[in-house]
Formats: sequence, C-alpha cells, structure tokens
Amino acid sequence: MIGGLFIYNHKGEVLISRVYRDDIGRNAVDAFRVNVIHARQQVRSPVTNIARTSFFHVKRANIWLAAVTKQNVNAAMVFEFLYKMCDVMTAYFGKISEENIKNNFVLIYELLDEILDFGYPQNSETGALKTFITQQGIKGQHQTKEEQSQITSQVTGQIGWRREGIKYRRNELFLDVLESVNLLMSPQGQVLSAHVSGRVVMKSYLSGMPECKFGMNDKIVIDKQGKGGATDEAGKSSGKQSIAIDDCTFHQCVRLSKFDSERSISFIPPDGEYELMRYRTTKDIILPFRVIPLVREVGRTKLEVKVVIKSNFKPSLLAQKIEVRIPTPLNTSGVQVICMKGKAKYKASENAIVWKIKRMAGMKESQISAEIELLPTNDKKKWARPPISMNFEVPFAPSGLKVRYLKVFESKLNYSDHDVIKWVRYIGRSGIYETRC
Amino acid sequence: MPAVSKGDGMRGLAVFISDIRNCKSKEAEIKRINKELANIRSKFKGDKALDGYSKKKYVCKLLFIFLLGHDIDFGHMEAVNLLSSNKYTEKQIGYLFISVLVNSNSELIRLINNAIKNDLSSRNPTFMCLALHCIANVGSREMAEAFAGEIPRILVAGDTMDSVKQSAALCLLRLYKTCPDLVLMGEWTSRVVHLLNDQHMGVVTAAISLITCLSQKNPDEFKTCVSLAVSRLSRIVSSASTDLQDYTYYFVPAPWLSCKLLRLLQCYPPPEDGAVKGRLVECLETILNKAQEPPKSKKVQHSNAKNAILFEAIALIIHYDSEPNLLVRACNQLGQFLQHRETNLRYLALESMCTLASSEFSHEAVKTHIETVINALKTERDVSVRQRAADLLYAMCDRSNAKQIVAEMLSYLETADYSIREEMVLKVAILAEKYAVDYSWYVDTILNLIRIAGDYVSEEVWYRVIQIVINRDDVQGYAAKTVFEALQAPACHENMVKVGGYILGEFGNLIAGDPRSSPLVQFNLLHSKFHLCSVPTRALLLSAYIKFINLFPETKSTIQEVLRCDSQIRNSDVELQQRAVEYLKLSSIASTDVLATVLEEMPPFPERESSILAKLKKKKGPGAVSNELEDGKREGGELNGGGERAADTTAMAASNASTPSPSADLLGLRPGPAAPVSSGPPCAGSLLVDVFSEGPSPGPNVGANDDGFLRFVCKNNGVLFENQLLQIGIKSEYRQNLGRMYLFYGNKTSVQFVSFVTTVTCPGELGSHILLSSQFSCQLFIGLKTMD
Repeated sequence: MIGGLFIYNHKGEVLISRVYRDDIGRNAVDAFRVNVIHARQQVRSPVTNIARTSFFHVKRANIWLAAVTKQNVNAAMVFEFLYKMCDVMTAYFGKISEENIKNNFVLIYELLDEILDFGYPQNSETGALKTFITQQGIKGQHQTKEEQSQITSQVTGQIGWRREGIKYRRNELFLDVLESVNLLMSPQGQVLSAHVSGRVVMKSYLSGMPECKFGMNDKIVIDKQGKGGATDEAGKSSGKQSIAIDDCTFHQCVRLSKFDSERSISFIPPDGEYELMRYRTTKDIILPFRVIPLVREVGRTKLEVKVVIKSNFKPSLLAQKIEVRIPTPLNTSGVQVICMKGKAKYKASENAIVWKIKRMAGMKESQISAEIELLPTNDKKKWARPPISMNFEVPFAPSGLKVRYLKVFESKLNYSDHDVIKWVRYIGRSGIYETRC
Repeated sequence: MPAVSKGDGMRGLAVFISDIRNCKSKEAEIKRINKELANIRSKFKGDKALDGYSKKKYVCKLLFIFLLGHDIDFGHMEAVNLLSSNKYTEKQIGYLFISVLVNSNSELIRLINNAIKNDLSSRNPTFMCLALHCIANVGSREMAEAFAGEIPRILVAGDTMDSVKQSAALCLLRLYKTCPDLVLMGEWTSRVVHLLNDQHMGVVTAAISLITCLSQKNPDEFKTCVSLAVSRLSRIVSSASTDLQDYTYYFVPAPWLSCKLLRLLQCYPPPEDGAVKGRLVECLETILNKAQEPPKSKKVQHSNAKNAILFEAIALIIHYDSEPNLLVRACNQLGQFLQHRETNLRYLALESMCTLASSEFSHEAVKTHIETVINALKTERDVSVRQRAADLLYAMCDRSNAKQIVAEMLSYLETADYSIREEMVLKVAILAEKYAVDYSWYVDTILNLIRIAGDYVSEEVWYRVIQIVINRDDVQGYAAKTVFEALQAPACHENMVKVGGYILGEFGNLIAGDPRSSPLVQFNLLHSKFHLCSVPTRALLLSAYIKFINLFPETKSTIQEVLRCDSQIRNSDVELQQRAVEYLKLSSIASTDVLATVLEEMPPFPERESSILAKLKKKKGPGAVSNELEDGKREGGELNGGGERAADTTAMAASNASTPSPSADLLGLRPGPAAPVSSGPPCAGSLLVDVFSEGPSPGPNVGANDDGFLRFVCKNNGVLFENQLLQIGIKSEYRQNLGRMYLFYGNKTSVQFVSFVTTVTCPGELGSHILLSSQFSCQLFIGLKTMD
C-alpha cells in the first residue's frame, strides 16, 4: 500500500509526484527533501521515518526515487517495486537521468497509473506493458478492436507475460549467466567472507507458446540422478561439477510447484529479454584473483606499497577490465608508481592509486610498487588502512554453475528442440572484492 | 585599515569555491575537495619555497574546506609563517586561520605567541589591532597567561593610537572574562578610568564595557569612575544631535555609549557628592523630558535608540530608589508605554513597572495603572507579555486592591496559558493569604482556585489552606460548609477531595446540625469520591472516616461496613490495607473515651513563613545559596505543618496505641502532643529520632521523607537525612544493653562548612537509660573528622 511516489533530481526539485492515497499530504514531498536529500548528515538508511510517515528511497545516478506510506507495509515489497520501476523506465527510455525523465514526463505518469493502483503494485512486466503503453503517440486509432481485446485477455489471463501468435523465422535463444563475486580476505590470504550472487538472463525469440525446461548442475538434482541411474563412478566424476545453491528466486513464468516437487525449472518464456532466475552460493567459490599486499612504513613521511595480483583460472581464459584500487593515507603529498603491466595512476580526488590492466590470462602474476610521500601532520591518529579493492570481468562462472540443458517443446508448431539455435555465455564480475592490507 | 583592492583577490580560491558550488552531489564535492587537499599537500611538501601570495591562497582554501565541515590537520605551520609577513592581507589570513583552527598545540602556541608579541611591539597600529583581535578571538587561558600583563600597558600608554586602544580594551575584557585570576589589578586601573575622558568616542565605548565588568568585581578600585561617567553622560545628553557627528544614530547622540554609562552607574549607589548627584539628576530629567518630545524621525531605529536610553535611565532611577519625583515621572512614562502599539515596549514597560512597584515612593503611582494592566492580562496576544502583566499585578497588590486583583487573576486563570498556570496559582494563593482580612474570603478564593485549576495546585497550597483553617477558629464552620458545597459538584478535583476529607473529618460536626448536611450525608458525599482518587487521597479519606466515627457515633456501623468490605481490608496497597484493618479494630475495641483522646481535634500549627512563598521563589530559579537555605526552611515547615502528614501521624499514633509493634511512626517528627512513642524494644529507634529532631546543627535544614525512616525499622544503617547541602548517614550496632552509633556528615556543597556544630540531647525519660553519652559524642566527633 504505497501512499505516493516521488522522483527528485539531485537538487531536491520534484520531477514526478504521484499521490495514491489521501493520507499522504503535499508536505510529504518537502519533508523528504528537507530530511533526506538536504540533510546535514548524509542519510545512509534507505528507509526514513518522518512524522509517522515512512519514506523508502533508491538512488539512480543523481535521481532519487522515493515511495511514501503511512501504513506498515512490507519494506521488501516496496523496494522490489522501486527496482522494478527502475527497470521499466530503463526499458522504455534508457538511462534514468533528469533529462530523460523530463522528456518522458507523460509516459512516466501513464506507467505509474498502470503499475500501481491505489498503492497496490500491478503487472510491471515490461513486455506486457509495451503492448498497451507506447511511446509512439496515440496508436489507439490504428489498433483494431480485436487487438485491443487480445491485449486485455492477455493481461488479465493466466499467462500475462506472453501473447499468442508470435512467429519467428529463426527460433533463437540467448542465455547469459551473470555472476558477481564478493570477497573479503585477510592480509595473510585467509578468506574472511565470500559469496557469489548470480543471475540467469535470457533472451528468447521463439514462435508460438513453447514450453521450456532449464537444467543446471544443481547439487540436489545431480545427486538424485546419481542415485537413480548412473553408477557411483559416474556420479563422482561429475560430482565436482555440481554446486550447492543457497537460495534462489525465479521469474513469475517459472512453475514453482514443479520446482518444489521435482526441482526442475520449466516455464513458458516471455518474449524478448528477461531475468529467469537469481541465486546465491557461498561454497566452493573459484576466486579468480588473489591479491597479495605488502605495506611498509618508512619513517613518518614515507610509505612503501607493493601489491602482487595472481590470476587463478585456466590459462586459456582471459580476464578483462582489471582494476586494482590501492587506498592512500589522507596526508599523501606525492606518489611514485612503477608497474610492469597496465597503467597506474594516483587519483587525488579519490585518495587512491588506481591500477588498470586491460587483459590478463589465467595463472599469471603481475605486480605494482609505489612510494608514497606523506606530509607530517599534527594529529597522532593512525591511518586506518582501508582494504585494497579490485574490479574485473572473467569469462566463466566463479560459482562453478554450468548450464546442462535448455529444452524447448512446442507441440502445436512444427519445430523441435533441435531447430532452436541456442547461445550460452558466462560472465563473472567482481562485486565487492577486497583484501585487507 | 588598508582596503583589499580588486587586484588582490585570489583567482585560484575563487575558482575553487565556484567549483565546489557547482558540484552536483555530495560525492562530487568530496572528490573536488580531496583533489584540492592533495594539491595543497604536494605544494606544501614541495622543495621550492612558496611565495607569500600562494601560501595565503592555500591557507585560505584550507580555511574554506574547514568551514565546509572537513577536518584539516595540516597547514598550521604555513599559517604561522604568514604571521611574520609584512603584507596586511597575508598577516590577516594567517591570524584568521589561527583564530579559527588553533588548538593547544604546544610548539605552535609558542611560535604564535612570538609572532603576536612581535606585532604588539611593532608600533604599526593595524598589525597591533590584528594581534589583539587574534588574542581576543582565541581567548584561551594560554593566551591570557602570555598577554595579560602586556595588554593593560598598551591600553594606557600615552602614544597608543585610538583604534588600538579600542581593541586593547575589548581584548582585555575578553581575557578578564575567561580568566579573571590572570588579569591583575595595578596602577593601570586608575588610568583606565580616565579613558572615560578620552576625546575618541570609540575608545570611551570600549573602555566603559571593560570598566563595567571590572567594577562589578572590584567596586572600590573604580569608584572614581562615577563622577567621570556622570560628566560624560551630561555632556552627551545636553549635546545637540549634530555635535557628535559619527556617533549620532538616527538623531540620537551616542545611544550605545549612553546606555553603557547608565548601566555602569547602576553598579554603584547614588553619588554622595551633591554636585555630581545634582548633575546626574539633571541628566535623568533631561532624558525623561526628551521622551516627551515629538520624535525627530519616523524611523523605528530612532525610537528604539531613544527608548533604549530611557529604559536604562529608568532602571537607574529604580536602582537608586531615592528620588520620589523621578520615580513618579518614570512610572508615568512607563504608563504611557503600557498602551503603546509596539509589543516589545509594552513588555519592557510591564517588566520595569514590576520593579517600580516594590519602591515605596512609586507604589501608589503604579497602582493607578491597574485597569490597564488587567486589560493587558486579558487582551495581550503574546504569552510572555501576559506573564509580565501577571507579575506586575502580583507586585502592585496590596490590602486596598487585593480583592480586585485576586478576582481578576482567578478569572484569567480559566483561560491562562498552561505554561504560566502553576505560577499563577501560587501567586493567587499567596496574595489571598497575605491580604486576607476576612478568612471566609480566603477560603472561598482557595477553593475556587482548586476548582478552576486543580491540576496546577501544588501540595503546598492545600496544606496551607488547612493550616490556616485549623489555626483560625472563626473560619472553621464556614470552611466546612463551603467545602461541603464544593464537594457536591459532580466532578471535583482530587485536591478538593483532600481538603474536603480533612476539613470535614475535623470540623464536620460544625455543620452536622443542618439536616441537609447530616453526618451520613457528609459521609456518603465523601465516599462517593473515594473510588476516583489515588492511593494517598484514599488513605487520607480513611483517616477522615475514623474521625467521623469519633465525631458522629451514629455513623459507626456504616463506616465499619465500608472498612470491612474486601476492597478495603484486602486492598493490594499495604498502606490502605493497614489503615482499614487498624481503624476497624480501633473502632470496635476502643471505648469512646479512648477514641475521643486518640482522635482529638488537631492542635493549631505553629506559625511560620508560608511554604508557598518559598515554592514560588524556587520556581523563579534559586540564585544564591541563601535561597537554598530558605528552601531547606520551607521543607522543614512543610514537614511540620503539612496537613496530610499530621493526619498520618495521628493515625499512626492510634495504631501504635492498639498494636505494640514498632511501626512506621518512630519519628515523632511533629513537635506537639500527638506522638506517643510506644513502649517496646526500639529504644534505639526513639533515640535515633531524638538525635535527628534536635541534633544536626543547620537546624532549618531538617527535612526528609519518612520513607527513609521507615527503613530503619529493619535496618541498622543508611542515610538519615539528605538535602542539597548536607547528607547525614547513620550506622548502629546493638548488643544486649550496649549500643554504638556512628553518625556521618557529608558536605554536598563545594564550599567548606564553617562553625559546624552538632549537639546531642537526650529527652527526659531516655536520659536515665543512656549511660555512655560521652563516648557517644566522641564517636560523633570522629565521624565528623573523617567525613570533612
């Protein structure tokens, strides 16, 4: 039961204001601006309570989205909605920026009318929305009665995310496994915490109403099969490959009952791009990089830093967009950097040395050394030594997830699983990948 | 001072500031600042020396970053370097940085002090001024230590420029305010006084602030300033508005200086020298005359300046309190202001009149404005002005107009602002008591008060009404009748029930003759309120019931019925249960004679200062220790005179008579007949009480809560008594016929007690029991020593 929804620019000016319920007054807009956007202390909490009114906000670039309510709502639901709203807007007009929002003013109000009704979230599936909310002006005249009724029956029907009668000459299917790996490591190389959060994103261009089945090396499924048919030996050989998924969520098209009973993922896919599932794993993570820091304080005015990074995956694979960020003390007055590979630079505005390497193969090692000159200061506070962080992109899934199959069944039309062209891609990215020094 | 020319501006700084202002988000701003800080660090670290200009620029940037709320931990050295520059702007920035960012860093302080010393001895007036400003702005103890000796010298030196003198005077004032012990009086003090004769008005204005502050601490040293101030004042007052050119403010000559002069004069008694006094009176008259003149300008600044002087002059007149003529004139002038359009003026007029009302000369004059003030109380929009009006009414009240004022205040109370209600209630109560000729009027007023503002009536008020009723035979019957009528209202305040319960319990017999208020009717009326009251009130009502049994034997069965019911005799509250049980027993066992003795009418209370008055004083905020002492006295009075407690004591005495248990009433707090300490084991207990009630030397401080004493029934040590000044603890041990007792005196104030005496006396029948009294006092002495 969201009472209202506001969008502000970075200055706190209101770009969009939509009030759904009477209990939210006009002053709520100002209350959020004064207490959060213009707050003296930066507000870190995404939920703020002002005068018995709750404000849930997310920030995209310089834009603030705030949902307001006076009732005791499920906060997770509100945030889910806000993220969904961001996705919808991105799908309609690209990046969320002040300019884009101003240019799509009418569209946003139209969307808000559709996806929230009296504060209750409604269908926010982009594909479905795009059938009846368009950017091409008034299309209604061109739409026939039939088309209109078809939209209505689809949106209100059982499979709201897919319309009937889709036809492609080439049935194609793209499947991306996107993972972000998070790590906190001690200076001695001990893993303090690590987890992978992954997404399976699909793009499907399939005719008719196909039924799909997705299989991966989920430990529970593999073990079950091992027990059922294959020999113990075979189970062991593939045993290494299976992964334990801690938790996962699915797109609404997935039949949850079937997942609960057989742990198989079957669904009728929406047309176009969508996120099939999200998951998280914490066990047996392949850490693509190891960072070995060495910090030596030479007197009061000098600091020597040496950082070695080692890539830890198959030599045939190439990691990309590697960036190591080495924080420097606040009283740094000058920095000399030497590195064998890539480019390194002291960025004063971020108080860090940023070392960038374009590409790096597996099982390699590279190092950087820096001399940091310090300015003597009067306060005796010691430098807190924030961790060294890293960014990268690798062409495999650090969790070890593998797609085993994706089958497509369409009984009414005359194409079979073999006729569908399928593409699978793995991308592993760094989340918060830090090593203490 | 050299003006900063356009070409002198720092482009880099301007660019930086505009960059920051153009930042779109907090993050961008922080990034920009980090970048700038790194740049400055590398510049300061750099091998080649920076020129003065860039040093100044970077220090400025640091200052700006600091003012944006970021920590700055470097650049102090560069700022100190700037101090030694010869350019005004560089020096200025250096001083600015230091006065904003200095901390007591030892090495830097030494350098800074050195630079300041150099500047002070440089004979360049602008540099000297900068240094003085820095000292004043920092104003720390270190600064005072270093320069407290130097500045007076500069201040009185003959060749010092006027502007420097001005700064020096204010700087010294600041140092004196922070560390008065470091600014030593010397021969310079007499010469400072002569600065009042200085040609330069700025110097005079600065010096007078200093002198006013100094003379408050050392009035004798600065006595000579009075005649000088008077002559200065008369020169200003008699000058034409054009004489003082720069110091004429909207046609008023030197208003600030005049106000300060008048305020300085308020530190001293009226001048003894006839000529000086005559001159001063003349001045004051001129000021009063000027107030009557038509304004020279319509601007608000003009009238503000004029009125400021006028109010200071009136304050001085009130302070002297010796010129009836002037006082009456001042009062009339204030009377005019009472109806002024300006709210602030009305407020000030009311406030000043309050003090005027206390003067014997002007009291009558103030009284003439009573209608206006009452009107102000009713119609003012601003609550603070209404508050002042109420204060003034209180101050101007006397026997002649008491009835009118009390009636007005009562009627106002119904609509009064919540914040001032309690104070109003106290004031009404005090006035009603103070000027009561006819005590039935007093009883009416207080009962009305409880009816109108029951929640705001503090305990003291109703204690007081009971004390007075008990002490005055003539009013008892009337009080009983009025209370009975008041209780008939369907909803009446708990305080009213308390008063009603007490008075009917004592004097219900006086109105029992009337069939409309027969004993049973009285009882039923009281009992109908019983269930709505809190525990203490219920306890009081139970005591009233037992008194009813004594007064009207015919109600005995009804009351016993009430006492016997489960809600009383099995009440979850121990106090109520005990009372119910004991009263029930008492009524059924004791003969009427015993009952009549036990429940005899309360003896009159000893006369003492009204506790309400002290409460009001306390509410106004106790300023001095003397006030606190009075509070202590009040507590004592309250204890001894408190109506409810007296009732409790009788009740307890009654219970003691029937049950020989060492119950709560070991205290005998109340002087008077009603504390028969029962026989039984606790001889120590009664001894303890005697020590308490007679012993501790600051007699008026006696006062404690009886909860504290209840503890001693089962404990041998604890705190016997405690107030803001003193804590008395006791520890005792007994073995058969021997007992040892330690008394601990704790001084809770920060000052030493002088002539602290304790005496121990034994009441008659106990004297023979205690054999070791000498050792007793010896122990006491030791206890004393260890504590102090």
